[in-house]
Amino acid sequence: MIINHPLLGPRDSQEFVYLGDASLIDRPDWQAEGAVDAFYEYLYQRENPAGLHQELWFHEQGDRSWLVVTRNTLTHEITKVELARDVARSRGRSK
Amino acid sequence: MSQKNRLSGGLLNRAKPLNFTFDGASYQGYEGDTLASALLANGVRLMGRSFKYHRPRGPISSGSEEPNAIVELRTGARQEPNTRATIAELFEGLSAKSQNHVGSLKFDFLAINDRLSSFFAAGFYYKTFMWPKAFWEKLYEPMIRRAAGLGSLSMQDDPDHYDKGFLHCDLLVIGAGPAGLAAALTAGRSGARVILADEDFTPGGRLNAETFTLGDASGADWARAAIAELTSLPNVRILTRTVVIGAFDHGIYGALERVSDHIATPASGKPRQILWRIYSQRAVLAAGATERPIAFKNNDRPGVMLAGAMRAYANRWAATPGQTVAVFTNNDDGLRTASDLLAKGVKVAAVIDSRADGPAFTGAEHLRGAVVTDAKGRLGLSSIKVKLASGETRQIATEALGVSGGWNPNVHLTCHQRGLPVWNAELAAFVPGTLPVGMVVAGAANGQLSTAGALASGAAAAGQALEGLGLTVKSADLPQAEDAPIRVTPLWYVPHKGRAWLDQQNDVTVKDVKLAHQEGFRSVEHLKRYTTMGMATDQGKTSNISGLAVMAEMTGKSIPETGTTIYRPPYTPVPIAAFAGRSAGADFRPKRLTPSHKWAAEQGAVFVEVGMWMRAQWLPKAGETHWRQSVDREVLATRGSVGICDVTTLGKIDVQGPDAAEFLNRIYCNPFGKLPVGKVRYGLMLREDGMAMDDGTTARLAEDHFVTTTTTANAVGVYRHMEFCRQCLWPDLDVQIISTTEAWAQFSVAGPNARNLLQKIVDPEHDISNEAFPYMGCGEITVCGGFRARLFRISFSGELAYEIAVPTRYGDGLVRAMMEAGREFNAVVYGTEALGVMRIEKGHAAGNELNGTTSALNLGMGGMVNKKKDSIGSTLSEREGMNQAEALNLVGFQPVDPSKSLLGGMHFINQGAEANARNDQGYMTSVAFSPSLGHSIGLGYLKNGAARKGETLRAVNPLAGEEVMVKVVSAHFVDPEGERLRG
Repeated sequence: MIINHPLLGPRDSQEFVYLGDASLIDRPDWQAEGAVDAFYEYLYQRENPAGLHQELWFHEQGDRSWLVVTRNTLTHEITKVELARDVARSRGRSK
Repeated sequence: MSQKNRLSGGLLNRAKPLNFTFDGASYQGYEGDTLASALLANGVRLMGRSFKYHRPRGPISSGSEEPNAIVELRTGARQEPNTRATIAELFEGLSAKSQNHVGSLKFDFLAINDRLSSFFAAGFYYKTFMWPKAFWEKLYEPMIRRAAGLGSLSMQDDPDHYDKGFLHCDLLVIGAGPAGLAAALTAGRSGARVILADEDFTPGGRLNAETFTLGDASGADWARAAIAELTSLPNVRILTRTVVIGAFDHGIYGALERVSDHIATPASGKPRQILWRIYSQRAVLAAGATERPIAFKNNDRPGVMLAGAMRAYANRWAATPGQTVAVFTNNDDGLRTASDLLAKGVKVAAVIDSRADGPAFTGAEHLRGAVVTDAKGRLGLSSIKVKLASGETRQIATEALGVSGGWNPNVHLTCHQRGLPVWNAELAAFVPGTLPVGMVVAGAANGQLSTAGALASGAAAAGQALEGLGLTVKSADLPQAEDAPIRVTPLWYVPHKGRAWLDQQNDVTVKDVKLAHQEGFRSVEHLKRYTTMGMATDQGKTSNISGLAVMAEMTGKSIPETGTTIYRPPYTPVPIAAFAGRSAGADFRPKRLTPSHKWAAEQGAVFVEVGMWMRAQWLPKAGETHWRQSVDREVLATRGSVGICDVTTLGKIDVQGPDAAEFLNRIYCNPFGKLPVGKVRYGLMLREDGMAMDDGTTARLAEDHFVTTTTTANAVGVYRHMEFCRQCLWPDLDVQIISTTEAWAQFSVAGPNARNLLQKIVDPEHDISNEAFPYMGCGEITVCGGFRARLFRISFSGELAYEIAVPTRYGDGLVRAMMEAGREFNAVVYGTEALGVMRIEKGHAAGNELNGTTSALNLGMGGMVNKKKDSIGSTLSEREGMNQAEALNLVGFQPVDPSKSLLGGMHFINQGAEANARNDQGYMTSVAFSPSLGHSIGLGYLKNGAARKGETLRAVNPLAGEEVMVKVVSAHFVDPEGERLRG
C-alpha cells in the first residue's frame, strides 16, 4: 500500500507502523463521572466496519508523524490522510 | 547423439552448439533452445514421473504452465529441484536430472502405485491412513512423503546472491507478445516512463511461435524490430526473464527477474535473481492465454502435448516430438498446428476434429466429428485410438499428438485483489471481470485471440492508461496481421472407461472429479481440496477450467454458475531465496553494536543477541571453563571492588520544553513535577489498561530538559507510545522528544570503589563526593581533560554506582581509560549475566517481571500510582479485578535445601496441596545462583505474597517432574536497607 503523507507525499506503507482505530485519540476525561467505564469503552470497544475506517499509522521509519488514514477495509483504497495532531485538535484535544 | 527430431529454421543460433546431459546421457542442442526443446530434438519425450502414480510423462507445454517436465538442474550447491524443462534455457555444460522416481526414469519401482490406483483415488489420504492412529507419524507420513516428494535439495548453502529492487513507472506492461509490444510502443513513443516485463528470454510471445506475418515481416522479425525500437527509447526499460508474480494494492507489482539462471554461474557481482517491487501509475496486462487439453483415456502418454506447444517447438525451436504427428482439436487454431508441421516437412498422420462442421483441412487425413479415445505407448506414444463419426474405431500410429481444447485467457493477475473473471461463451473461457485499480487488460489475456486483435487492443489499452494520466498519446502505426476467429466448440473430455487426466502434475483424473461430486465435495473450493486439483507447482494452469467443466456437467449447472477458484500470487513459483534477498544467514537482520563492542571482543567476550543489539554476556578469563565461573567472578569482583558494564543499549529519550515535566507526569504513573534539577527519579510507565509497560530512570538536567531511559527491549515501543501521547492525546503540550539512544555511550560503574575509579576519570573541577553528588544525583560534567559527559548516580546492582555517558564516538576511549584507571582496584567488566544476577540479588524487576500481565500492585509499587493526577493507566488500574487481596505480589524465594537449584517458570503450590492449576499460588519469574549468598535465589509472583514471608511452599515443574521446597523471603537478598548505594 501507499500512504500519501500530508507532509512528505506518497510513501510505502512498509515505512509505517499500524496502531488501530483512530478513536484512540478520544481519550476520556479521568475526572468525569463513570470514568472507569468510559475508559473501558475507549480501550476495548471497537467498530469493525466493512468499508471506510479511520485508523492510526505511525511513520516510524520516516518523520515520526502519527497519521489518521481513512482506508476502505474492503478495497484498501485510501481516501484521506491527515496529521493526527490536526485531527486531535479538531476533535477538541489541546493540552 | 544425433538430433534426429531437429527441423530446419527456428530462432536458434546453429553456430553455437551446446553440450548438456540428462540423466547422465550426453546430448547437444543450440543456443536458443530450452532443455525441453533440445531433448525433443534429440528424440527424448520421457522427462519425468508423475507425483502420485509415478506415470511416465513428457512435456505438454512450451512455457511456464508446464505440469510434467519438472526436473533438477545443475549439481553440487547450485542443484535446483522442481524447475520446468520448458523454460530452462540451455547452456554449455548444463546437467539435468529427472526426478520423482525410485530406480531409473524408465523403470520406476514406485510405478506400482499406478497398478494400485484404485486405492489411491481422490481423498485416499483421508480414508486409507486413518488408523491405527499411532502409525501416522511413524509410518504413513514418512512413507507418503518419500513417495510423493518432488525434487531433492543439495543440503548445501546456496552460493549465490539474491537481490531486491524497487522500480517506478507510469506504465507497467506485463507480457511482450503482440499486445504488450503494441502497448509498450504506444506508451514509449508518447514519452511515458514504461517498464515492459516478459517471462521469456526472447520477447515476442506467440509471435515467435507462429508463422504469421505482420505487414511484410515475420512475427519474430517484427517483434525483434519492436524491441530494438523500445531499447533505443530512454524512457523504456525492458525486463526479460522477468515474470510478474502478483498485483498488489495501489499499483504495486511484484516481479522476479531470473538474472543468471541461464548461465552456469552468475557473473562476478551479479545476483542469481532479483525480486522487483514495481510502483506503477497504470498497468497493461498482456499475459496472453494458455491452451487447454482435452481429456481422454491415457492422454498423459509422453508425446501427447498441447497443439500450440507442438507448433511452438516446430516453428521457434525447430524440434518435433515425433517423426509422425497427429492433431486432435475442437477449434480452428488446432488446424494451424497440422499445417505448420506439414510445412516443416513433418508427417501428419491425421487431423482429428471433434467438430463435424469444422472447416475443411487439406494436406493430411481429416477426420471430422471424430475423437481420440485412447493412447498407447507407456514410455512414449506409439498409437492413438480414434472413434470416427460413423462410430467405428481406428488405430492410428503416431509418435506425438497435439491436442487443442481452446485457449484460456491468463486472467490470474486480474484476480489478485479478489476480482472474479466472467464467462465468455463464444470463447468457452473465463475473461477478466473486475480489475485492480489502474489495470487495463489487452490481447489474448482479454480474449482478443487474433494477432490483429492483440495489436489493436494493446495500443488501445496503453492509450486508455496514458489518457488517465493526462499524457498525450501518439498512436502507434500497427502492421496488417491475421484476424481469424478461433471458433471453438467446447469439448472437455472424451467419455471413456479408464483414466483420463485433467491435472497431470497432481494426477487428478475426470473420475476423481466425479468421485468428489459423488461424495458431496461440489463447490469449487471443496473440489480443489478434495482432489488436490490445481494445487501443484503449476497451480492448475492447464487443468482448472477443464476440471470445473466436468463438475459443472455433473451438477447440471453452467460453468459460470459452478464458479472458479480464486487465483492468488505468485503467478509462478518464486524461490524462497528471492523473497529473503540479502537477509540470509548472518545478514538476516541488522546488527547493532555497542560502543565498547570492539574492546569487549578483544577481551574475548561471549556476546548475546538482545533485540538487534549484540551485548557482552560474560567475559571469560584464562582458565575459566564454565560460564558460571566467569559470571560469579564478575559479580564478586564488582561487589568487592568495582565493575564496569556497557549499558548503552538502554533506550534514551530526550524530553524538552516548558511542558516537559507535565508530559512526564502523564506518561509515568508517579509524579515528576517536583523533581529538582540535578536529580534522577525512577519512573514506572503503565499501559492504558493499568498493566506495567516499562520502567526506567529520568534525570532532570534543567527546568525544561529531562533525559529518560527505557529498557533495551522496549526502547522503540516506548518512544512510539510517547509520540502517540504527544501528538494524538495532548497536541498542544509544548514538549519535544527525540531518541538519543545511539548518540550516547553509557557505562555503569558499580561497586565500593566506583567513586574512587571515577574520580580519576572525571575532571577535578567536578566534585563527585557523596556530599556534592549524592545518591540519585545527576549532572553534566567533563572527563579525561575536557570531554563532555553526563553522570547519573543510579544503581541497578545495589552497589554504590554511577552511569556515565559520553558522545558515542568516545565510548571506546572511555572504557579503555576507565579500565586503565581501575587497574589499581582490580576493576572488572561484567556482562549481561552478571548484571542479571546482581539485579535479582537486589530484587529489581526487569523484563521477566514486567511481562505484560503485571500491574504496579503486583510489582509492589501500587503506592506509586498517583491518584491526584491523570496519567496513562491510572484510571483503569483502579479496576476491582486488579485490586483484590489475593493479588500476586513480587517476593523472593530461596531453596530450603541450599544445594538445590531453582528454575524459572516453576509454579508455587501450598504444602499438602495437589500440584494442579486450581491450587496454583503463583510462579517464578527470575532465578540465579547468587555468588554473594552461595545458593540459588529467585524472584516470583505469589498470591498475597507480601504477607507470606517465612512460609514454605512447593515449587513445581510438572512438565519435567521437578520439585523444590522453597522459603518465601524478601526480594531484596543483598543490602535490603540500601546502605551501599547511598554510601
